[in-house]
Amino acid sequence: MATPVPVGANLVIEATDFPQLLAAVDRLGYQMVGPTLRDGHLIYGDLTGVADLPAGWTDEQEAGAFRLKRRDDQALFGYGVGQQSWKQFLFPPHHLLWRAARRGDDFQMIPPAEAVPRYAFIGVRSCDLHAMAVQDRVFLQGRHVDPVYQVRREQAFILAVNCGGQGCGTCFCVSMGTGPRATFGFDLALTEVLPEGKHYFLVEVGTDRGAGVLQAVPQRAAGAAEIAAAASVVAATAANLGRQLDTQGVKELLYRSYEHPRWDEVAARCLNCGNCTWVCPTCFCHTIEDVTDLTGMVAERWRRQDVCFTVDYSYLHGGSIRPSPRSRYRQWLTHKLATWFDQFGCSGCVGCGRCITWCPVGIDITEEIRAIRETEASLKETEHGDL
Amino acid sequence: MPPKGKPKLSVWKFASCDGCQLSLLDCEDELLAVTGELELAYFVEASRAMAKGPYDLTLVDGSITTTHDAELIHKVRRASKYLVAIGTCACSGGIQALRNFKDVHDFITAVYAHPEYISTLAQSTPLSAHVKVDYQLNGCPINKHQLLELISAYLAGRTPQITPHSVCLQCKLKGNICVQVLGTPCLGPVTHGGCGAVCPTYHRGCYGCYGPKETANTSSLAAWFSRRLGLSEDSLVRAFRTFYANAPEFRRESEAHEK
Repeated sequence: MATPVPVGANLVIEATDFPQLLAAVDRLGYQMVGPTLRDGHLIYGDLTGVADLPAGWTDEQEAGAFRLKRRDDQALFGYGVGQQSWKQFLFPPHHLLWRAARRGDDFQMIPPAEAVPRYAFIGVRSCDLHAMAVQDRVFLQGRHVDPVYQVRREQAFILAVNCGGQGCGTCFCVSMGTGPRATFGFDLALTEVLPEGKHYFLVEVGTDRGAGVLQAVPQRAAGAAEIAAAASVVAATAANLGRQLDTQGVKELLYRSYEHPRWDEVAARCLNCGNCTWVCPTCFCHTIEDVTDLTGMVAERWRRQDVCFTVDYSYLHGGSIRPSPRSRYRQWLTHKLATWFDQFGCSGCVGCGRCITWCPVGIDITEEIRAIRETEASLKETEHGDL
Repeated sequence: MPPKGKPKLSVWKFASCDGCQLSLLDCEDELLAVTGELELAYFVEASRAMAKGPYDLTLVDGSITTTHDAELIHKVRRASKYLVAIGTCACSGGIQALRNFKDVHDFITAVYAHPEYISTLAQSTPLSAHVKVDYQLNGCPINKHQLLELISAYLAGRTPQITPHSVCLQCKLKGNICVQVLGTPCLGPVTHGGCGAVCPTYHRGCYGCYGPKETANTSSLAAWFSRRLGLSEDSLVRAFRTFYANAPEFRRESEAHEK
């Protein structure tokens, strides 16, 4: 057996040998999930091998719009992030916590007999690695550890992919310091390089587990030119992002802006449908539902992902504390970019752009921050003018 | 809370297609459990037994469109401890509430050879316009899982787990990719979930047949339909004037686009 490559090493795998990499992951017994096309749509679903990846596809994303397009090459990862995120696997949106059955005057608890999947995530982008790190803080690093998240997260094998310059119309990872290059949290990280007539992957080894997988795959040490070519792919992506968000003092800006008239303006457009929270890779809110069957013999407790855009969500005794769409949108955005820092010590936004693309009416978080920032000064002047 | 012993169930039909009360008969696997827990006291579509009230749980299907029905619903209410409006017709007036936007006599004279035999009200109205309704279960037709959840919750004396979320969340739970973002106008973001996102699952936009969700922002959605997805004013009227045409939110939106 060959000597394992060290963590941090850069290797090259030719595209023709790439199927062997996924086969090696598959042989370890992981359930591989990654980008694939279903009914012509980009989703994260089960992969059996390279043939399931959306080779030769890219996307165009704008606020409230997503289109898949053909590329003029056979790139395997030549698109950006889609509607779904890895959150759906690590934090199942509808999860049975327990079941209980009546036994005479007593009852018996029946823990769910679930086979927890050991996932291998194929094609994780840097923004989503940061999103997992954010959810780690929420689910693993507080006073209470969430066992449902923990077991899925700790077992997961992560094959990251650095973004390759297409399909980043709504991304702003550079502004958030979260991409486009994966810097942590992966077993292996790829950069797909397609210069004239060539097609190879530069592979960075992140863990011993990742190095172990590589032993079964034809590879060679990367040359300086290949490392430079991969770096230029990532640099071109960074230079071509569709969105920017000025994070300078954004927490304080939002704390000063509770009564900014922009909240009324965005509330007139916001459908309070909750799509932004559902597609956000860091949103973690959930609720608990108890149900019984018709006979009253069986009760179940479910955890369901919840969204802060319903009136019910903030219902305390006597009523909802956020009855207006204005207050609900303000709560969501202020949590992402301000109160999250106080609650978890980091930003709740990783700049993936999903909330912009998948808002049915194209509300753009970067545009909202810009509008608040740009009008703050003039509002102050008006206030003084009124004195 | 339900009474001790077997609670008495009654099911009534007003102006409707019957589909919603059939949803109860459609609970094939669960039907025996339902009849095990509830006495079918009055349900003419299921049984010849027509026991008198009072009834513990009453399900009412259909809207009020005649003077006869307008009187009968009061009798049903008086005989019922807990009255649930089931389906779009009972909750909002149904598709027959399209008459509310026109003169019903024009329809009668155009359709019937002897219009003098037809006695109907000028408007189709929901039960809540006539009597106190204890719970509204939306949908055209209602979802059988929601109906079973409602009955189970009633029997256990608990709150039914029927959420106020938009159809969008049901799409996300099913793994559907948003049809509107892909370019198809969809009423899902302003529509009450409960159907299981049937239409978007088959790549159609939602037709709004579960009615407006809470704080439905129809004007913003209509503006997007018009500006970004190219719908005409006539199309906007039709989009909001179908199953829940008479619901105040959808009615206002369709009227706003009528010439």
